[in-house]
Amino acid sequence: MKRVYRTAGAALCAAGLLLATACSSSTGGKAARERAEEAAAAGVADTPRMKVALITHGAPGDTFWDTVRKGAEAGAQKSNAELVYASDPAVSGQANLIQNAIDQDVDGIAISLANPEGLTGAIQQAAEAGIPVVGLNSGMDTWQDLGLLSFFGQDETVSGQAFGERLNDEGAEHAVCVIHEQGNVGHEARCAGVADTFEGETEILYVEGADMPSVRATIEAKLRQEPAVDYVVALGAPFALTAVDSVADAGSDATVATFDLNTEVVPAIEDGRVEFAVDQQPYLQGYLAIDSLWLYHNNGNFSGGGAEPVLTGPAFVDRDNIGEVAEYARNGTR
Amino acid sequence: MTAPSLPRRVLSRPEMGALIGALAVYVLFWAVAPTFRQLDSLSTVLYQSSTLGIMGLAVALLMIGGEFDLSAGVAVTSSALTASMVAFQFTLNVWSGVLVALVLSLAIGAFNGLMLVRTRLPSFLITLGTFLMLQGLNLAITKAVTGNVATDSIRDMEGFEQARQVFSSTLGIGGTNIRVTVLWWLGFAALAAWVLLRTKYGNWIFAAGGDQDSARAVGVPVAFVKVSLFMLVGFTAWFVGMHQLFAFNTIQSGGGVGNELLYIAAAVIGGCLLTGGYGSITGPVIGAFLFGMVSQGIVYADWDPDWFMFFLGAMLLLATLLNLYVRKQATRRRGA
Repeated sequence: MKRVYRTAGAALCAAGLLLATACSSSTGGKAARERAEEAAAAGVADTPRMKVALITHGAPGDTFWDTVRKGAEAGAQKSNAELVYASDPAVSGQANLIQNAIDQDVDGIAISLANPEGLTGAIQQAAEAGIPVVGLNSGMDTWQDLGLLSFFGQDETVSGQAFGERLNDEGAEHAVCVIHEQGNVGHEARCAGVADTFEGETEILYVEGADMPSVRATIEAKLRQEPAVDYVVALGAPFALTAVDSVADAGSDATVATFDLNTEVVPAIEDGRVEFAVDQQPYLQGYLAIDSLWLYHNNGNFSGGGAEPVLTGPAFVDRDNIGEVAEYARNGTR
Repeated sequence: MTAPSLPRRVLSRPEMGALIGALAVYVLFWAVAPTFRQLDSLSTVLYQSSTLGIMGLAVALLMIGGEFDLSAGVAVTSSALTASMVAFQFTLNVWSGVLVALVLSLAIGAFNGLMLVRTRLPSFLITLGTFLMLQGLNLAITKAVTGNVATDSIRDMEGFEQARQVFSSTLGIGGTNIRVTVLWWLGFAALAAWVLLRTKYGNWIFAAGGDQDSARAVGVPVAFVKVSLFMLVGFTAWFVGMHQLFAFNTIQSGGGVGNELLYIAAAVIGGCLLTGGYGSITGPVIGAFLFGMVSQGIVYADWDPDWFMFFLGAMLLLATLLNLYVRKQATRRRGA
């Protein structure tokens, strides 16, 4: 049963590696994974083995959700739990995945609520089956109405507002908020939050997130069109790094700041190419969600007391405190 | 009826409609967006057009040859991921990674082509399969090898600067900065136009796309033509993938999805027929330029960004309709 930990991911990897014999770097990958597992391996709970599911709306290949998943895996490992991870950006797909988890008779489900309305039915099914559900990441306004046990995350609007206030402190006057997924509720909420508190002018710019050259060119175009822009607000670390190039190409003096961290943005913050990042601690969201299910299952505890969400952000990471998180970000766990 | 007059002959060329559409779009943004008139802005537009345009060239040749390729968007990401991971994991000079990626990209093209000529299934099905497989492989292998869903930075490795000069440098020309991809794009276009119009292989492409049975009957090696065209798409996917790798240092494994349709759009706007056997090289060049102009022009014109996708779609449709209208006018009069 040990192997079942890695279910879907590992099966895919194995199939992929077998198919693509041209890719002979499998040894490096295995070693890297083992190192990561060793680092994460601490004590393991001796409570009876349980099975939990994490069902998110993350798109495959998204760095952010990969970090959430890593946190959840670490939480599951320490709780002697088997983790089932699945994601689907479409709400119907996510509802089906929740139904699948119910069918597997798991001991707890953690879900992200990007579209709470569409998940109501699936959450009711879980309640009828007596399975506790916790929320994470998005859906801070609705988790209580839906009868969830606890919620772990940051309010996107609140984090946007904190961002806007930070811009005021920095003396910014004209910010452009770059949305890399048009129609993403969380993205819109962040930019709206920035606009709420920021005393200068805020503009929104949509870019095609799947195509980096186009992102680079579009931000550059915006900076040329509006030379007064002195701050570029990116909603994801890879886009912040591209924005740095765009600023240089456009010959603009704008500063770049971003939401969320990744490996590459750490040196950029260290050497000042990116001014600061708002960190909502995705690893913590995944870890706490799974941990709370263990606590409820074994001790009947409610994180947040069933009344308040547990906040994981917004924490600011800038040149002053980047040293404290740099090592973890390089491991891909921050 | 006498021989068609010169203007009519010019108008009946496949790329003429696109050219007129592009002129209309250029004049429109020139009028409404002052920033659009700057030379630097033109260079930004050209940059975006160039990465799309390099792929558009190969995709257009493939379409003239009667097939199309849905896997082209993610194939770019596959190539970049391969180069980056091979170089990083084995700590090799980045050029080794670049070469391995070239072999892989050509192999993906050959796989598509061989599957097509062996099974005689429509290219839609085969390349859709390849598209989904590559999308999965990009994610699964990257995760298995690096432990993350993006690759590690190879910026500080040997050969990086050299490769960056080739694939992603910026040149100061005539008071503005031109990205090297723009020059590669125009160079590839000139080469492709020469091959298509002046060589036997070019004739074979038209013949294979027009009617492959009659082409085969007169001795055109149809299977060779199709496989090599798919491999050509592989080659350009490699090239654009290398640009992305050396421009952005790391590659996200989920990228490239959806771009295949833009490549096809550039070819179709440029006058290539979805049914094959007809088209040109200047067409997709103008098609890519048109797409670049519209997507940047909307930003320069400062139109409400909520409507961005709508404007983009509407302008492309209008340009294509104008394209169709011009071509109909030209061919109808000539036929009368």
